[in-house]
Amino acid sequence: MGRIFSGVLLALFASFTAAQNQVNMSPGVTEIGADIFELHMLIMWICVVIGVAVFAVMFYSIYAHRKSRGHEASQFHESTKVEIAWTVVPFLILIGMAVPATSTLLEVYDNDEAELDVLITGHQWKWKYEYLDETGENISFFSNLTTPQEEIYNTEAKGDHYLLEVDEPLVIPTNTKVRFLITANDVIHSWWVPELAVKRDAIPGFINEAWTRVPQEGIYRGQCTELCGAYHGFMPVVVHAVSPEEFQAWQAAKRGAAQAESQLAMQTLSADELMAQGKAVYETSCGACHGAQGEGGIGNAIAGSSVVMGDLSQHMAIVAKGVAGTAMQAFDAQLNEVELAAVLTYQRNAFGNNTGDIVQPGDVTGMSNG
Amino acid sequence: MGDHQHGPAKGMLRWLYTTNHKDIGTLYLWFSFAMFLLGGFFAMVIRAELFQPGMQLVEPAFFNQMTTLHGLVMVFGAIMPSFVGLANWLIPMMIGAPDMALPRMNNWSFWILPPAFLMLASTLFMEGGAPAFGWTFYAPLSTTYAPPSVTFFIFAIHILGVSSIMGSINIIATVMNMRAPGMTYMKMPMFVWTWLITAFLLVAVMPVLAGAVTMMLMDIHFGTSFFSAAGGGDPVLFQHIFWFFGHPEVYIIILPAFGVVSQIIPAFSRKPLFGYASMVYATASIAFLSFVVWAHHMYTVGMPVAGELFFMYATMLIAVPTGVKVFNWISTMWRGSLSFETPMLFSIGFLVLFTLGGFTGLMLSIAPADFQYHDTYFVVAHFHYVMVAGAVFSMTAAIYYWLPKWCGRMYSESMGKIHFWISFIGFNITFFPQHFVGLAGMPRRIPDYALQFADFNMMSSIGAFIYGASQLLFLYNVIATIVSGERVSDEKVWDGAEGLEWTVPTPAPYHTFEEPPLVSKPAGTF
Repeated sequence: MGRIFSGVLLALFASFTAAQNQVNMSPGVTEIGADIFELHMLIMWICVVIGVAVFAVMFYSIYAHRKSRGHEASQFHESTKVEIAWTVVPFLILIGMAVPATSTLLEVYDNDEAELDVLITGHQWKWKYEYLDETGENISFFSNLTTPQEEIYNTEAKGDHYLLEVDEPLVIPTNTKVRFLITANDVIHSWWVPELAVKRDAIPGFINEAWTRVPQEGIYRGQCTELCGAYHGFMPVVVHAVSPEEFQAWQAAKRGAAQAESQLAMQTLSADELMAQGKAVYETSCGACHGAQGEGGIGNAIAGSSVVMGDLSQHMAIVAKGVAGTAMQAFDAQLNEVELAAVLTYQRNAFGNNTGDIVQPGDVTGMSNG
Repeated sequence: MGDHQHGPAKGMLRWLYTTNHKDIGTLYLWFSFAMFLLGGFFAMVIRAELFQPGMQLVEPAFFNQMTTLHGLVMVFGAIMPSFVGLANWLIPMMIGAPDMALPRMNNWSFWILPPAFLMLASTLFMEGGAPAFGWTFYAPLSTTYAPPSVTFFIFAIHILGVSSIMGSINIIATVMNMRAPGMTYMKMPMFVWTWLITAFLLVAVMPVLAGAVTMMLMDIHFGTSFFSAAGGGDPVLFQHIFWFFGHPEVYIIILPAFGVVSQIIPAFSRKPLFGYASMVYATASIAFLSFVVWAHHMYTVGMPVAGELFFMYATMLIAVPTGVKVFNWISTMWRGSLSFETPMLFSIGFLVLFTLGGFTGLMLSIAPADFQYHDTYFVVAHFHYVMVAGAVFSMTAAIYYWLPKWCGRMYSESMGKIHFWISFIGFNITFFPQHFVGLAGMPRRIPDYALQFADFNMMSSIGAFIYGASQLLFLYNVIATIVSGERVSDEKVWDGAEGLEWTVPTPAPYHTFEEPPLVSKPAGTF
């Protein structure tokens, strides 16, 4: 008992001395975020004032009208006037709250005249970002958690951005109205960045809209906020806001890289190259379900699997198209030919599978849309 | 008719065959307490995993099974049956009826519950694990992507829906037909009123829940696509149906709690309930409004702005009748002659903490602000303030208040007070910091979290262990009272208690009011 109590005191002490413990909503960096924050504070303070007034009356009564002080009970038990008063006054206060709430809500819903459209698709358990471009040359990529399993399972010290770090963040230009078109591939997810005050559910079969205009450069982090399965807690959102010039340069670089990759897909790669890239792809796309050592978990074991060690076309079909009704997704939408070839090669040779099969990007052409 | 004075049958089969409202009430209460401990155990697993960042004790998939079962067991196994048990014990005694109107159905509506929960709990041992999609079971996570055990979950929900509907029909039939002469509707004790309204809510919405799970069953096994966009269905439809059940459901849980507090506060203020009529109207208004606010759980699904505005305004309106209730309770205390036995302490705890949960509810009703609150720990804090400090505190107050009447023995007052203070402090250490982490951006239903949430989560876990442990003290106190508590024989156990249940001998005999009493005074008059 004493130890628990001192533990509580310690936790309390730690909580209120450590500066990083945020106790309130962040006003964020956008205009809407600031409006929402003000609304939140306004309503909170109204509640605090009402609460203090009401409980002051109650605690006074508890102090002054106690039997132990010999207080005799009055027998009054109704008053229509008072009842009307405490029905009408709260109603008026509510109207006072509804006015600013309505105007902020209308602002949030003003999706018109966006300068840039980004399609956001929730997958179990990663986000896909696609920049919609009139020329049809869309940039698209997946954004995967990069926190290593060793940090999650406490064998290594946790980094500063534990669980809130990704391999490729969403990059958007500052001072530009960016519209997000949000949907999902499998189950419902929800895309949230607290500092941009944007939260919208990603629903399969629906496209929801949201928007932001970020005035300052920076890195903004959030998370999926709708339970979406086992790794719901492991699909962060990271947004880099950069200057419009930098954004142009980034877009050009991404297009260049996409071209280089499609050329790579026509080449023949060495076993070492495939294994090295395959290991990286395995760790971001497969390891969470199939185990870091291919031992299995939510998914079947890869080590010694009859699928992986059996017929290549069947193995390829499962990886590319998924297995309906299970958590095994269709990876042709997520990985390009080189990545698919690499991960197939890796699975067929790692974890003691040693089939010696080498899968080249050319072998998987036609399976991939990535 | 036989012997009027006969007592209960002998042996264990008494409990299986009983049609006596007091026996069935006792069964419900013990069953719900067992479920409370089971759901509490799941909560302890959750809080132990969240004690520190990183995965320590369980895997993420199992963590989701724990949050799902914790919610389901607490809502459907602990809170709802406990109030049905209370209704069984008290409604006949409060309205001067000899028993419930439909005693055989009463037996049946209890006895189908344990198999339903046994089946639900057994999913933990099935291949693929227990349901892991949250107690709100949103499709398609609960259909296309669900573990095979979902079919057992659906069957369990169906059974407990049937149980709730039968229980409610029984309460409606009893209150409407079996009131003693002179017991007009506007003389009924508040507890009876709140349960009558709750029973109507249950009859209205449990079939909707049954419809939702049946549609899931069809989607999973019979190739329909109610909730699958790929087949032309609509995953958001599921949420509309679920919350059309789910919002009235939260009032189903809280209205009987209001009723309990409306009995206890006047008793320990030695003063009649202030504004009885307005309490009845406020309860009815809350019940009505509960049908038109469901989509405030869904502000982020992308509803048209007109829909958002409607649900925002309707939700804000609920603050008015709820406020009336709080003001009435405080006016009841005002210039009374207050004493602070354990039931009163829990009622005051209810009043303060429920109001706090009401305030955060008002904040959540503001749609644009909800975009920041939605699905964070702020919501978790909010609904535990209304569900635990609301419903559970009020239920605890009810047990302390009526237990001496039921068993003719007094509980240990000092142990009761210790139980209250440990519960009160433990509860707040658990849930108050959750407001902070929620506002700072921690989503709910995650097994692991970013480092800036670590301190408050540790605090929350410590509080949860304290709160959990205090319930064992409660269990001990109740058992000790029944076995060896000090005997009481006053009909009125509490000097301020009013109502027909306090006119029968203590302990309440197996059969009461075989001859109806004549009621002339209004409810709660001194």
